[in-house]
Parts: sequence; C-alpha cells; structure tokens
Amino acid sequence: MSDALQLNGDLVDRARAAADAIADDIQRHIDEHTTDTTERASLRLLGITGVNEIDVPLVNVVVEHARSLLPSGILRPFVDLMDRTGRGAQEVAEGVAAGELTLAPVPPERCEGVEARAEALAREGVARIDAVRARRNELVATVGEPPKPYVYVIVATGNIYEDAAQAKAAARAGADVIAVIRTTAQSLLDYVPYGETTEGFGGTYATQENFRLMRAALDEVGEELGHYVRLCNYASGLCMPEIATMGALERLDMMLNDSMYGIIFRNINMQRTFVDQYLSRLINARAGIVINTGEDNYLTTADAFEAGHTVVSSDFINEAFALRANLEPWQIGLGHAFEIDPAKPDQVVYQIADAQLIRQLFPGYPLKYMPPTKYMPGDIFQGHIIDGMFNFTGILTGQEIMLLGMLTEALHTPLLQDRYVSIRNAKYVFEACRHLADEISYKPSGLIERRADEQLRRAVEQLEHVRSIGLFKALQNGEFADVKRDPDGGRGFEGVIKVAPDYFNPFFAALREGRMSGPPRGTERGETTAGDSAVAGGGD
Amino acid sequence: MLIRPYGDTRDDGVIQFSFTLPMPYSVKAADVGKQFLEKLGFHTVGIAECRAMDPEYTFFVAYARTDVGIDPDEVKGDYLEVEEMDFAAINALIKERLGRKLGVVGAAIESDAHTVGIDAIMNMKGFAGNYGLERYPEMDALNMGSQIPCAQLLRTALERDADAILVSQIVTQKNIHVQHLTQLIELLEAEGVRERFVLVVGGPRINNAFAKELGYDAGFGPRTTPLEVASFLAQEVVRRHEEA
Repeated sequence: MSDALQLNGDLVDRARAAADAIADDIQRHIDEHTTDTTERASLRLLGITGVNEIDVPLVNVVVEHARSLLPSGILRPFVDLMDRTGRGAQEVAEGVAAGELTLAPVPPERCEGVEARAEALAREGVARIDAVRARRNELVATVGEPPKPYVYVIVATGNIYEDAAQAKAAARAGADVIAVIRTTAQSLLDYVPYGETTEGFGGTYATQENFRLMRAALDEVGEELGHYVRLCNYASGLCMPEIATMGALERLDMMLNDSMYGIIFRNINMQRTFVDQYLSRLINARAGIVINTGEDNYLTTADAFEAGHTVVSSDFINEAFALRANLEPWQIGLGHAFEIDPAKPDQVVYQIADAQLIRQLFPGYPLKYMPPTKYMPGDIFQGHIIDGMFNFTGILTGQEIMLLGMLTEALHTPLLQDRYVSIRNAKYVFEACRHLADEISYKPSGLIERRADEQLRRAVEQLEHVRSIGLFKALQNGEFADVKRDPDGGRGFEGVIKVAPDYFNPFFAALREGRMSGPPRGTERGETTAGDSAVAGGGD
Repeated sequence: MLIRPYGDTRDDGVIQFSFTLPMPYSVKAADVGKQFLEKLGFHTVGIAECRAMDPEYTFFVAYARTDVGIDPDEVKGDYLEVEEMDFAAINALIKERLGRKLGVVGAAIESDAHTVGIDAIMNMKGFAGNYGLERYPEMDALNMGSQIPCAQLLRTALERDADAILVSQIVTQKNIHVQHLTQLIELLEAEGVRERFVLVVGGPRINNAFAKELGYDAGFGPRTTPLEVASFLAQEVVRRHEEA
C-alpha cells in the first residue's frame, strides 16, 4: 500500500528540508517569547485550579497581578512566595487572589534555591501527567483496542450530560473516537471557563469538569463494549497550553492542536499562536495524546482542485513544528481533505490521488481524513452516497482517523439516527474493502499519479517560496486558505511577551526529560491469538 | 386542485419515514412504530426496518400513506420575489442608475465562527460557478469574516458609507442567531441609522418572512446564490436611490 504510487523522492526531500527551515525560523521567535496563556498553563501544571468570586480563573488573576514580572517568567516569583509562606501552590494562588499575598522579583541570593525547588515541582507536575498516560496504557491493554481506521464522530448538544448520552449511543453503534464540540466562542476567550456546561451554544466549553464527565462516560461504555473509546477536544484558540494541561490530566486521547489554524480561521495573532502551540504540543507529547491538525479547513475557503497543494505544504509545516515539540510520529494526526466539487468529472479519482499522496508522504502517522461538508446537499440520499465514496477513499488509501461524514451535514447537528446510519455506512465500506488497498497499484503516469505528482510539485514550490520570504510574510500574503493576516494584528497580541535573558520556566525541560515512548497497545477486538501482528494504536 | 404525495401511482399518498424511538428493541417494536404512524393519521403502514440502534433506542424506516391533500394555490406567504439578473446586467444597472459603486459590508456576527455562508456570497470566487460580490466591478464589497461584533460591523459600514449590510448566521442552537440578529437591529435603531442601510440576513435557518419579522429588509435561506443576492441588492438600492 505504501508504495502504490511512484513519487519523486527528491521532491519529498526538498519539501521536508523547506518545512524544517520554515519551522526553525519560527522556533527562534518562539524561544524568545512567552505568552499569558503559557504562564497560566505553567501555573496549572503546578496544580492550581478554580476561580475567584467573579468566576475569573485563579491562574488569570495571578498572571495579571504579576504582569510586570512576566518577562522573567511567573514561576520563579511564584515558587519563591510558596517558600516564603510555607504554603502550597493552590493556597498561594488563593492568597494572591484575595489580596493577602504579593508576588515580587526574587533577590539574586534566593534564586538558586527557588529554581531548584521549582524544578522539583515541575517534575512532580509532569509525573502527574505520566501517571495519567500510564493509566491509559493500562486500560487499552486490559479493555482492548478497536481495529483501524478509527471511526471518529462528533457530539454537539451544548449539554455535557446529553453529550455523554449521545456519545455512549455513538460508541455502541461503532464510534471509536468521540469529539466533543466546543462552543464556538471559546476560541476567543483569553481564559478557560470553569465547571460543567449544560447550556452551551453550538457545543460545550472545554473545561476540566466537562472533560472529566465525558471521560467517565466513555470509560464506562468502553468497558461494556470491550474496547477503549477515545475522547477528543480542542487545544486551540487563545488558551492552547492550558487546555492541553487539562486534557493531559483528564486523560483525553486526542486534541485538535494545529500550529496555524487559529491564525487563519480565528484571526488570533500569529506570534501568539506559534508560541502557544509549542508548549501545548510539548504537553500533548508528554501525555501520549494524538494531535489532529486542521488543514482540511483550508479548502472550505479556497478551492480544493486549485489550492489542494496548500494542504500538502501545511501538513509538512505542521509536521515540522510537531517534531520540534517532541511529538512522536504516531501522535501526529495530520489532517487533510480535498473536497472537490462532486459535479466535476473524475472527482473521486482526484480525491483518491490526493489522499494516497498524503498517505505516502507521512508513513507511520495516524492521518485524519475529513469528510465532505462544503458540497453536501440537502438531499440526504445523495449525501449518503457522497459520504460512501469518501469512506471508500479512506479505506483504500489507509487513512487512520476517519471523521465520519453525516448525510445531514448540510442540515443540522446529527440526530441519533444520522450518526447511526453514517456509522453503518462506514463500517460496511471498511469491512467490504478491508484488503482492497493491498491489491492496488496505480498506473504509472496515469491520471492519479500525475495529479499526485503535480500536487507535490506545487507544494514544494510553495514551501520553498515560503522559506524564502518567511512564514509570517506568507501568512500576511494570504498564501494559506486565501486568508490574509497581519503579524501584529489579530486577537491576543497584547499577551505576547518578549522574554528577558533570565526567563525561567522549568516545565520546558521537565516535559522533555525521560518520557515514555510509543502508543498504547491492546488486543484488537475480534482478533485471535493466532492472528498476525497485534499492532494497535499506530505504527512507531 | 388538491395534490398528494406521489409514490408509485398518482395520489397514492406514499411517504417514507425514518425515526428513532427511545425504547429498547423487542418483538413488539415494529407494532409500536406502526401504531405511532397510524396515530399521526397515516394508513397502510409498512415497517421496512426496525432494529436496535443500541440497548436503549430503536431505529425505524417505514412507508405509509396519507389521504391528506394540499392545494398549492392556497399557500400564501411573504416570499422575496427578486427578478434574477445576470452578472453584466447587475453591474450595468448599478452603473447607469446609481451612478457610483454600491457599497456592501458583510460578516458572520458575534459568536458565530462560520464563514461558509458569507464567503459563498461575497468571496471573489463565489459558489457553484457564481461569482461572489467582491468580483462585481460596480460593487465595493468587504467581507469582514466571522465573529465580528455588531458594533464593529456597524462602525465599518458607517466608515465606508456602505449601502447594504449582509449578515450571516449559521449557528442556531438555542436560537442564538435570533439574539444576535436582534442585537444588530437594536444597535442600528439606537444609533438612528437603521434606514441608512439595506439590511440582509442569510443562513440555513433563515427565510424572508422570518427576516422581516426581525426587522430586516430581506432574508435568504439555503442554496441562495450570489446572483440572487446581488440582484436584490442592486434593485433595492437603486429603487431607494431613485425614490429619495
């Protein structure tokens, strides 16, 4: 399967070299900056939670309180205050919020001791994440693993309890990954709401309590079904690393976590997003979370046939950033979709070419394939067939995370029966074509190979061009998704802070130190002991 | 003349159904589904599929007949009757009868993060082979994108001295779109500028009658093309210009 298409290896090498240079350039900028949410996430990693009397998270209160200290990092003065008062992190945060305690610069003679103590606390914080990851490994090993591709569906009632009920119904119908849709406005909130959501608009908030409730529901249904059911949410928007922290602690398994999505589609400042994605991805890496990137969205604004190569380039860029944040290939769920107008002759042929190209460019990565949305009709019968061809393309080209299309995509958030018939559609196609890919190689210089080659060539051209002008400039020019963004514009720019030479944050090192490697492994449902390799959870 | 659904024979009244009942599947489930449809007034019910969707829910596919008919001539409502023009004719109309560019500002307002609707109507490339408003040489069209606060939309429309404001609302859970749309109207009225603009809303749950009820000049539902919106804007702005 992996060599079904003959690709030009030189082009692939050039693409990676250009993406590496692009990411290195931005990484220098990342290393010179911190952000409000980076500092808040560091406090959350110490175990601070909760809100003040007007529902402002304590971590926001502390960071605002210490704004002038941020260029050197919040942790040195914070841990110093813990030392001086003999209180724990939570009590100190509460003391600051109550106005009883004040954060102050740490005099040089105390720095060494404070830093050693902060490093120890960082290791403790990371150990909590490790324990959650170990628990996942244990559950997958004992409860079992579903076969690939994973069937990924969405719940979006706005009430976490109803979401949980729908999620269980979906899991029983065959869903392997449940994504809880976040209320649309959350991406622009510069804080993480607290507590359960029962009346959200278009989704629930990503809160630690909602994560916990949904996790419990999926563990329960996973036990019943005999396979682990994965939970996905969004480490995106203005609070990427804070949400990643909460997800790491509440055992989410996947996170939408893109290096550029917020810039392009939510008009979040690009400097902010690049800094934020870095810590969020280090946390996801540590937590054994599989990230999903959002390139599929590019072609909702740009045309799939004309601008498909921008998805390919962006996947290379997202890969480069992800590897720099310590994610392993099995954790990098590069997203893609090339939704070409169904009215175009040979639409499915091109769809196969694009999907197969991405598969071969990123071997060993759990690719996330995104379903038709833009051209889905109100005629649900026609829509069901379009989804069927998408499912066919997915199994044929070895996609691993299949976000299922819904026949009612154009109409409403899925009804129980919409999800049910869509899962039936997918399961039928996946089983009916399970080994088809092994039987296929593509005609040399045929339509599919030519299309894939052209996409790759155009992606290389774009990547080399972006390398020459820099990614900031490329985003300014609207070279991804036809959306133009200003490096100093967009939301959250005021929360980007240039770091001082003595910036201190021990989490960056602690998150990299001695971490576990490899995906969770469990026995596939229906697999016999005499069967072939029991690999589950992705190659490594 | 009364008509009724046509399945296999004229006037047979056949309708297909699919629905879920919150009950565990059992041998009597098919009868529960059948009697439910009979309670709705259907007869000759055939349950084509009846199966456990999970331990708590049962999914049905059914066919049934109705004796109810309808006379299309008796259906009255508030429909937007726009004379649809082509790209060249719209531009010519603006040029000749307005004598300047027609200014349009559009956005998905407040918490709505979806640009798909406003993009389809406004972006250069348009939708389904139909150019978007940005492509019209006689229009000065600005698509502000999504999550635009009402105040920012209004400020921009005033700064650009726009003739029309287009609003898209995709998210409709808990009727959030009604809140947003009302908020915009209230702001325009509070600022005393409601009459300055042709105010148009579009979205999957929007129709003309509903838009009018909220105080908008027109509403466009699903499957609307840029051409329909452009035709309406050109005709309406020219009409107001000539009446003034």
